Order: sequence, then structure tokens, then C-alpha cells
Amino acid sequence: MTFRGSFMCTAIIVTLALAACGGEAGDAGASNSSALSGRVEIDGSSTVFPVAEAVAEEFQVANPGARVTVGFSGSGGGFKRFCAGEIDIANASRPIKGSEAEACAAAGVEFTELSVAWDGLSVITNPANEFASCLTTGELRRIWEPNSAVTTWRDVRSEWPAEEIRLYGPGTDSGTFDYFTEVINGESGASRPDFQASEDDNILVQGVAGDRFALGYFGYAYYAENASRLKLLSVDSGNGCVAPADDTIEDGSYAPLSRPLFVYVKHAALARPEVRGYVDFMLEHALELVPSTGYHALSAEQYAEGGRLIAAAGAR
Amino acid sequence: MSAGSELIPSRHDEHGRRRKYLGTAFAIVAGLATVVGVIALIVLIVDVAIDGLPRVTLEFLNSFASRFPERAGVKAALAGSVWILGLTTVISFPISIGAAIYLEEYAAGNWVTRVIQTNIANLAGVPSIVYGILGLALFVRALQLDRTILSGALTLSLVVMPVIIIGAQEAIRAVPSTIREAAFGLGATRWQVVRHQVLPMAMPGILTGTILALSRAVGETAPLIMVGAVGFIAFTPEGPMDQFTVLPLQIYSWISRPQEEFRELAAAGIIVLLLLLLTMNATAILVRNRYQSRG
Repeated sequence: MTFRGSFMCTAIIVTLALAACGGEAGDAGASNSSALSGRVEIDGSSTVFPVAEAVAEEFQVANPGARVTVGFSGSGGGFKRFCAGEIDIANASRPIKGSEAEACAAAGVEFTELSVAWDGLSVITNPANEFASCLTTGELRRIWEPNSAVTTWRDVRSEWPAEEIRLYGPGTDSGTFDYFTEVINGESGASRPDFQASEDDNILVQGVAGDRFALGYFGYAYYAENASRLKLLSVDSGNGCVAPADDTIEDGSYAPLSRPLFVYVKHAALARPEVRGYVDFMLEHALELVPSTGYHALSAEQYAEGGRLIAAAGAR
Repeated sequence: MSAGSELIPSRHDEHGRRRKYLGTAFAIVAGLATVVGVIALIVLIVDVAIDGLPRVTLEFLNSFASRFPERAGVKAALAGSVWILGLTTVISFPISIGAAIYLEEYAAGNWVTRVIQTNIANLAGVPSIVYGILGLALFVRALQLDRTILSGALTLSLVVMPVIIIGAQEAIRAVPSTIREAAFGLGATRWQVVRHQVLPMAMPGILTGTILALSRAVGETAPLIMVGAVGFIAFTPEGPMDQFTVLPLQIYSWISRPQEEFRELAAAGIIVLLLLLLTMNATAILVRNRYQSRG
């Protein structure tokens, strides 16, 4: 019976593994009777993810019985699930598109859009680049538009060196790419294709930091963490050169590259106290939670306005 | 290699020396090839250990994800990975072994068997994301299992089963046919032959294949994202119908953050993943040795 003995041994190991895991799960079930319980399901943009994570973390501390999950399928992926009715809240780094809103309407999903934070898209070069310090939105467009004729820095401005301009930007699935192409090239998704693309902004940081004649764009938080290895360019949209910084992003003068980050809330889900509680918690605490994630908070008044929108939607 | 065309007395010596050199050269090349793999592994482990080892503490194992690097841990991801792995093993192992036994011991060698065989070989080469899409359509949507551990484990089972089946078939085929013939000769039924002779002898090989396949499964991210593994979760699963996250996804989530500290956390997460893998392999080797010492 050697075979049976060994089989038992295998079975016991598997059972033990599962049991060990079940034991670990036990302490998560403890719940406070006055606090909220139930599921809140969130998915969407990976850019907004740190904000949602911060809110979920604190909400979970205040309501140990609640089960909040946050995914990062991307803005588009999040809306797909949101309009299929699978999730309660969708995070997005761009406003909902017409086609997505139609899908929501067709499925009977009503929602409220809330802004939760500001992000400043930063245009970056290598610190060894001494000639460029400010680009106009027109120049950015000439560089990044489809069929762009720009191949060297001299093509951008005649006094700049005739060195090849090497471009780095987020991949086509990201909301950052959609936003940048929309405000710079005039059409979401329209971009020259010959640039180094990565969904991971840290790769873009590495690329620009190691390439003397590089030009790239990505979220301000990634510049702020790597400021010593990168050079931040100002952007001139007709009112002089403005560099992204806490104040210029928050007051909107760093235009057009400051963008709001959104949260979309399903009305039907607001009827559930845990979802309503989560959204209220987010708006109440955003002012102190958002800065810890590397993004910029809106004004207290704007969050209060969001609260009124939710109250109105929830009362229906 | 061209042998000398002139018939001179030293021809054989010359030839022998060249053969010897060639043999030595080949041994060196093969040795270097091995060293490359080992060096790559050492560099990886040292690099990860420098960044992550200080962060691997009991607290790290027992905390949930957090926006504060010093508070963040892998509790949910580790529990999710262990659940997924356990369920995947329970689902895929019996089915794969059954299929392998049938194909090797029972199936007739006709075209149907050959078609199945070719298909299994092809399935072993299908990229895992494709299984993710299948899992999303079949388990999550059609069977309405939702985005749960069960959906994830079923999907990963699809990923690993072809690999386990092929490995198990090889192991069963390696059992000398004389043993089967001897057992039949003593009047044993096919079931008795398989149960008492073939399986015990093939088991070490079967387990090796299974370990390799499950080691692949524990590192999978893409198919699990498709079937709904989440990025942030602050509870451990209580059953197969709970939502989950897994270690590779948690590592990915940390590595893409702007803050340097999260990259150290990612390194720490990689160490935990490697330890989980080592534990799995060690367990399997123990089990395998038991079979071998009895066999």
C-alpha cells in the first residue's frame, strides 16, 4: 500500500496549505456593529489608483467590516465594466467618452461624475539639455502630431542643435496618452507612432534620464520623485511660459496640461449604505488624503459641491 | 570534421587529438552555458535581496497594502496566491493525471488519439493571456462564477493542465513495458497494473512536471487580471467565492509607483514570491523522495 500512503501524504499537505490560509482569513471577519459592512467594487485608471487606494485604506480602517476592492484595468477597461453594471465606481484619468456614455445609457446605468484631484502632465528633457527650457503648445503639437516632420531639435527651433529628438510617452491604452493627444494634437489618440511607449511611467523616467536628446511627457508625480535626474520644461499656451508646480496646477494656470482625475459613481449603488458611505468619506477626506498620493487636491468648495451632487443623486 | 586525405602514419594520432580537443571545447561551451544561467540567477537574487531584504519582516507578511510604504505588506496577496495555488493544484492534478493515464494506458492508437495528443501539445504553447480571455468569457460571464478565486483557479488550471499532462505522459512512458507484461502475466487486471506498478514508478516524474507547471502558475499575472484579480484589497479570502489579488500583481502595482520606497517593497514582494516557490518545490521534492525510496 505504498501508493495509498504517499497519496494520503500529498492530500494532507494540500489540506494543510488551505487550512493555514483559512486561518489567516479568520481575523478579517471581525466587524464593528456601528460601522458599515458590505462590498464596494472599484476599477479603472491606474493613474487614479493611488488616490482610490488611499481612500479605501482609510475607509477600511474606519469600517473594518466593509470590503473595498480597487482594480487598475485602465480608464477604458474600467468604463467597460462600469457600464456593464459590474462595478460600483469607475476611476478615470479622462472624462467619459460619448461611446462609453451610450453603452452606459443602453445598459440603464446612471452615474454622477466627480473630480477628485488634479494631475499636471509634465514635459521633460534630460538635465544635460541646456538649450530647451520652454516649449509652446504649437511646438509640442508640431513634435507630436501624426505625420510630424520633426526629426531633430533644429526642426523645432532653428537655433537648436541638429541632434535627433528621441521621444518618450505613455502607451496608447493610457488615459494620459488620450488626454495629451486631445489637448495638444486636437484629437484624442492622434499621435505620431514613432516614439518609445511604455505603460509604466518609471520606464519613461529611465529613458529620458539616460538619453541626452530625449523629450518625454508623463505625470507630475513621476517628475517630482526623480527631479534630480530630469529637467522640467515650461509650457507656453499663449500667456507666457508656465512651469508645472503645486500652485500653477491647482489654480489651473498650467494650462492645458493640468488635468482633473475623475471618479464615476453609479446611482443604483448609492442606495447601498457602504457605497454611499465610501463616496462621502472620499469627499470629506480628499483634502488631506490626495496630497499624500503625489497629486493635487481640489478646493474644499469643489469637494463640497461634489458632496451636493451625490446627495442629490442619492435622494432620487 | 574532415579526416585527413593523405595516408600518413600519424593520421590516427592527429585525428584522436582533434577529437579530444573538440570534446574539451564542447565541455567548456556547455559549462559556460550553465554558468550563464547560474550567474543570471545570482545577480537577480542579490539585486533583489539588496533592495528588498530589509523590508521582509513579519509585519510585512501580516499587513495589507497601504499608501504608506512603511505600513504596506503582502498579507492579502500572499493569502490570495496560496488560495489560487491550492485550488489550482486540487483541480488540475487529478484531471491531468487521469488524462495522461488514459492516453498512455487505455486509448487506442488511432487518429482520434493523435488529434487529442496534437491538441494538448499545441495548448501547452498557447500564451496564458489567451486562457485569461477564455476564463473571462467562460467562468466569469457564462458560468457566472464572477471575479472570484474559483474563476482564477479554474483559468490557471487550463494554463497548467497541458504541461502537467505532457510531463505525466513522459513519466508513464518511461516505465519499462516489461513490468507491465510481468504483472499481466501474473494475472493482474489493467487497473491493478496501473495502480500498483505504473503509477508508483511514474510518480516522481509526474510530480516533477507538476511542480514545474505550478511554479509557472504562481508567477502568472495576465490571465488573473483578465478574470478580475484586483489591485487593492484589505481583507484575506474566506472562501473560493471571494475576491482576491496575487503576489505578482501586488509587485507590479508597487513597481509602477513613482516613489522609490515602493520599488523596495516590490523587491521584498519578489523575495516572498521566491520563498513561496522554494517552499512549494521543497515540499514536492520531499514527496518525490518518499516515492523514490519506496519504489
